[in-house]
Parts: sequence; structure tokens; C-alpha cells
Amino acid sequence: MTDTGRSYLHVPEPSFRPGDKPTFDEMIIPKAGAARRPPVDVHPDDIQDLARTIIRVMSSDNEAVGEWAASLSDEEALEGLKDMMRLRTMDARLLRAQRQGKTSFYMQALGEEAVACAFQKALEPGDMNFPTYRQQGLLITSGYPMTSMMNQIFSNSQDPMKGRQLGNLYSSKEHGFFSISGNLATQFVQAVGWAMASAIEGNDRVGVGWIGDGSTAEGDFHAGLVFASTYQPPCVLNIVNNQWAISTYQGIARGNAATFASKGLAFGLPSLRVDGNDYLAVHAVAKWAIERARKRLGPTLIEYVTYREGAHSTSDDPSAYRPKDEADGWPLGDPIERLKGYLIARGVWSEDRYAQMASEIEDEVAAAQRESEAIGTLLEGDKPGPRDMFEDVYEEMPPHLREQLAQSLKEAGEG
Amino acid sequence: MAKKTMIEAIRDAHHIAMEADEKVVVFGEDVGYFGGVFRCTAGLQEKFGKARCFDAPICEGGIVGAAIGMAAYGLRPCIEIQFADYAYPAYDQIVSEAARLRHRSGGQFTAPMVIRMPTGGGIFGGQTHSQSPEALFAHVSGLKTVIPSTPYDAKGLLLASIEDNDPVIFLEPKRLYNGPFDGEHDKSIVPWSKHDDAEVPDGHYTVPLGKAKIVREGKDVTILAYGTMVHVAKKTAEDQGIDAEVIDLRTLVPLDTETIAQSVQKTGRCVVVHEATRTCGYGAELVSIVNELCFWALEAPVERVTGWDTPYPHSQEWDYFPGPKRLGAALNQVMEA
Ligand SMILES: Cc1ncc(C[n+]2csc(CCOP(=O)(O)OP(=O)(O)O)c2C)c(N)n1
Ligand SMILES: [Mg+2]
Repeated sequence: MTDTGRSYLHVPEPSFRPGDKPTFDEMIIPKAGAARRPPVDVHPDDIQDLARTIIRVMSSDNEAVGEWAASLSDEEALEGLKDMMRLRTMDARLLRAQRQGKTSFYMQALGEEAVACAFQKALEPGDMNFPTYRQQGLLITSGYPMTSMMNQIFSNSQDPMKGRQLGNLYSSKEHGFFSISGNLATQFVQAVGWAMASAIEGNDRVGVGWIGDGSTAEGDFHAGLVFASTYQPPCVLNIVNNQWAISTYQGIARGNAATFASKGLAFGLPSLRVDGNDYLAVHAVAKWAIERARKRLGPTLIEYVTYREGAHSTSDDPSAYRPKDEADGWPLGDPIERLKGYLIARGVWSEDRYAQMASEIEDEVAAAQRESEAIGTLLEGDKPGPRDMFEDVYEEMPPHLREQLAQSLKEAGEG
Repeated sequence: MAKKTMIEAIRDAHHIAMEADEKVVVFGEDVGYFGGVFRCTAGLQEKFGKARCFDAPICEGGIVGAAIGMAAYGLRPCIEIQFADYAYPAYDQIVSEAARLRHRSGGQFTAPMVIRMPTGGGIFGGQTHSQSPEALFAHVSGLKTVIPSTPYDAKGLLLASIEDNDPVIFLEPKRLYNGPFDGEHDKSIVPWSKHDDAEVPDGHYTVPLGKAKIVREGKDVTILAYGTMVHVAKKTAEDQGIDAEVIDLRTLVPLDTETIAQSVQKTGRCVVVHEATRTCGYGAELVSIVNELCFWALEAPVERVTGWDTPYPHSQEWDYFPGPKRLGAALNQVMEA
């Protein structure tokens, strides 16, 4: 790099680039069970340390330890494992489908499945997520049919968004999942507004904001924090720190100057930092924050420390900007492997049963895909038409759009 | 002369501008180490160092605001907004600040800067990777708005934009990055290497702002187009066997009204075409100008061919896109009138 001698602009750089041998030695990882679990009505000033540590439950011996343990029964944890496996299996299949030209684009949640899956498990009907494109785990966990997701991915005639949206930008009001925008960060402050409405109406429904590490740089992130702090509505604000924002590492958004969680401290928000690959820890912290909201104690900011194992999207090739084997050294492990290890250590599960479940899930996902593909894929089969493009622009189609629709149908040979 | 894609031509312009003037700095989301999601700034950081080409936080308002500060200091920022669809968080900085700085400070402070952004659809990008917001910029006094349609023009216009002392919105039709696109979406892509306008001279040259280009001469009707639609217009005219004169506007503000008026006065007919939504689109301005300058020469009402007044759809992309069919119908209409 040939910097002109006199310039001294600080441009943060990740420690490792392609060709380097990556390590995560600089990362300070507290022992599982080390962080205390304060009462939900704690004063935010008294838990500032929790914004700078990593709350962890599962130990390296696969045991759940410390004050945050035991938020879930074995049965519930097993359901969680299944949710994450279904999500990962679906992602892998749809990634392949994109390569085969059946959809235009795909984004997977590989490596960060625990965050959305475990969080959703702590929510109740009536609550509303304002997600980003990497929280399909919320939908899987809330029971949104996989075929509906696939119909949208394939933009076929059963696509609930009628061909209008990119595949990953789901919406399901019924499942507490707000329509995803392609524009980053916009939803974060909307979640706060939704929660303010809950407060105005005297309800205890919780609004949940989601944002990626990179997107915390947007103004809407800061708008979300100040509104949350000012009005103290029942919301939980989630930052998924998966270390990367396309090619820029979390340091460009200043995750290494101070933790993302600690950005809530200046607003007086209780702010927690949690191991995002620890299903039990994510669930326990989510439950704590949701209980606070439900008890009208105000918002909570949570940072999930995880790792984006795959490419940003099917348009991206991370080997151009980070070491190929960086994921292998990620010190917080794999969320599925860890929860599986925990259940096996509890004696309620085994490698054999896991293998059997994996093959059942593979069959289930394949069947959903067959069903969806039989209806149509991006370029083949039964597809949404021009009319779907013109409807819902307004409640009632104004005359100029009716005219354009007629012209469009004529062009398509349907008029 | 070497043939280049539009991406390579844009990259080349950056290299030349940065070499010629150390005041030129380049930044934006993913533009530094990685060289941009469309690779338009690849190699710049390696060659010119991190202080002159760097990654920005995901904050478009910050990117444009910081560039204004740098420009006021005396630098010449050439910044990238990853997709034109993401310019809205920066709209206040663009409209209220960059565009008006010279005027409101009595000329004390200026904002010589280029805001590059990929524009337009045709890549199944859905509503947030496909928009054509040129009218939102052309409407603002103090901004210049430029849209190239070939690698040759992209390089020459970008160099002219960087050297210009006013803020320039530089819209890059992403569907043209790797090859000219004539609207025949089910045919395979023709790469730029097969196209004459991909001949890009090596060194420095500029294509002046405010000068349109007649890309196809004709006697019977004038088609006013820019960006992707230039190629659609040429192809449609050829396929329909209509002796159309196709004008590539290249710069929307300032607009080359002389070339437009001369052509329409000659042909007596005019079709205006753009991919953006119809209502209050830039086409409305063009129709007004043609009416103002050429009313007595017109033999038919001016036709407008545009995208529909809906968000840009994902799967109905080709129902939305004003392709050869829609343009052909409009051409027939003005020819029959
Ligand atoms: C307003 C806006 N600017 C830029 C983009 C382009 N973009 C899409 S995803 C992305 C990276 C986001 O990174 P992060 O917030 O860390 O989320 P992750 O992808 O890691 O889940 C960028 C820059 C966008 N979609 N919207
Ligand atoms: Mg990220």
C-alpha cells in the first residue's frame, strides 16, 4: 500500500486479509456462566458491564452453566435444534436453486441460525419483529410454512408478495414479521414506533427491531435509540454482529472502538452483549428483555456476537476480502453443533438420532421445494402477472394506473 | 484502441483522474479494499493508498455530507452510492447542501464533487436495486445530472464530471455495465467486446457535459433517450424499419436543447423514452421543451414511453420495462398521426 507520506487519515483495517493466517486471539471470550443475571427492574447504570462482556451459557463441556442457564426445557431446546436444522437445510437447498437459475438471488443465515431461532422462541403472538433479510429463522420458528417462503423465493403464482419483492424480503403479519425493506436500517426506528403505539394504546405487545453490525452506521439506528430512550416503549432492539457487512469488517462501523451493545449506554438503555452462537444464551437474554418490556420497564438493546459464515449473498464472493478459512477459527463455534452437543451431554439425544432427524428434515425440505417448484420458478411455470404489479400501489387503483394496466395487459397479449 | 466494458472504462477514468490530480479522493461502501460491489473502483486503494480511496460506513448521509466538507476544503471527492435506490438517506445533504452551497455562500464555498450511483433495472433486483431516480436530481437547481450509455462516454463524461466545479450526479445504468442491452431480455447478452462504442482510448479525454449525441441519424422521427434506453431505441428503430433519429442526451442538466430542437424541427415527430416511472418523470420535461421549441414544426403530438407508475417489480420486470414493444407501439402511433 503506497500511502502518500503526509496523509494520516485513519482507515480501520481488519487484522486478516486473503492469504493471511486468521486467528481470533484478540477476542476476549469470557467463560460460560461468568456473567450475572440481574433482576429485570435493575437500573441500567448498574449493568453497564454487561454491554462489554459476552453472556454465555453453554460451556466447552456442553453444559449449561451460570445464572442465565435453564430458560428452556430439554424438549424446547430440541425444538430449537430442529428449527436451526430446518433453516440451514432450507438455505442450502435454495442456494443451490439460485445457482440453477430458479431464482434471481439468495441470502443465507449460515452460522448465525441461533440468533433468530432462539429469539423468536421467547416471543408471543401479538409481538412484532421488524427484521432484516437474515432473520428467516424467525419465520421458521414461528411456523410460517416453508412452501410460502419458497413460493416467494421462486416468485411463482403462489408467492405471497405476488412477484413484487426479492425472494428473501418476506412479510407475514400473522407471524409477527414486518415486511422487510431492501433499504438498510429503516425498520429499526419503525420497531420503536410500533412499540410506542403499544404504549399509547395501553398494551404490552412488544416491538422488536433488528439491524446488522454494518447498518448501525445509518442515521435510522441512532434515531431508533433516541426514540426508544425518550419514550421508553416496550421494545427490544437487536444488533446482529456477524463481523462483516459485505466486504467491510465490523471495525468500519466501529464495533472495535466500543462494543455495539455499548452504543445504548449513552442513551441510558440497558444494553447486553451475548454469544450469538449459544442458543441457550440468546434465548435467556431475549426472555429477560421481553419480560422487561412486558412489565413496562422499557427498551433493551442486545448485541449478538456471531459470524457470517457464508457469502453476503449469491452475488458476493468473500474470498476477495477475507481469508478463506476465517470461519474455521471462529471461537464461538457452530450454533447447531453446540446445541446438539448440549443435548447429547444431557443424555436426551444421540448422534444417531441427530443423523436420523437430519435426514427427515432433508426429506421435509425437499418435499416443500418440490411442491413449490411444481407451481413455478422465476422463469418457468405459473407466475404473477402485470395485474399483480399494479394492485396495492394504492388502496384503490387511480385512473392513470388503470389506464397503464390496460396498456400493460395489451402488451402482454392478455388485454 | 482497446475495448473496455463500462465498468473498466469507469475504473480507467478514476485512475486517470487520481493520477492527474491528488485532490481527487474516492470513497463509499465497499469501494476501498474490495473495489466496489460492481468493481468500479478496483485497484485504486492499492495504487493511491488508503487516504485517497477508502471504505465508508454504511451511512449515505454521512458519505455525501463528508464529501461536501472535503470539497469545501478544496478536495474533489468522487463518491459512490452503492445503488441509486440508497441515495434517499443522503437526499437532504444532496439537495439542501451540495446543490446550494455555492449560491447561498455567495460563491465563497463550493462543492465540486461527483456522486456516482448505479441506476436502472433489468437485473431482477426488485424495487430496491432497480429504480431510476434521475428526475429527483434533475429537478434540483445546482446539480448537474449525467447518464452515459457506452464505455467511451462513461469514461469521458466521468472525467469531465470530476473536473467540473459543481456537484454532479453520475448515474451508471447497471444493465449496461457488462454489455449493451437493447431490451431483448430473452436473448443472450452481447458483451461490450462486440460493440464499437466500447473502443476506449487509453489516456485522458473528456466528453463535455451538456452535449447530446446523435447516435443514429434519421429523417422521420426523433427519439430522445438516455442510458439503457438509447440501445433499446436504436434496436427498435432498426427492427421496425423506421427512419428514426436517436439522440442520446448524455447530460440531463444542463440539457442540449439545441441538438434536440434541430432534430425535431427536421423530423417533425418526437418520442421521448425513459425507464423511470411516468408521472413527473424527466420525459415530462422533455415533452415541454420540445413543445416550447418545436411546436410549429410538429406533425404529431409528442409521445412518452416510460416505466409504469408502480414500484419496480421483481418477477414482472419485463412487464415493467419499456422495451421494444412499448416503444414500437409509440413509434407507430406518431408515424400514423
Ligand atoms: C440504505 C442502504 N445502503 C446500502 C445497502 C447495500 N447493502 C445491502 S446489505 C449491506 C451490508 C449490510 O451489512 P450488515 O448490516 O452488517 O448486515 P449483514 O449483511 O451482515 O447481515 C449493504 C451495504 C442497502 N441495502 N441499503
Ligand atoms: Mg453484518
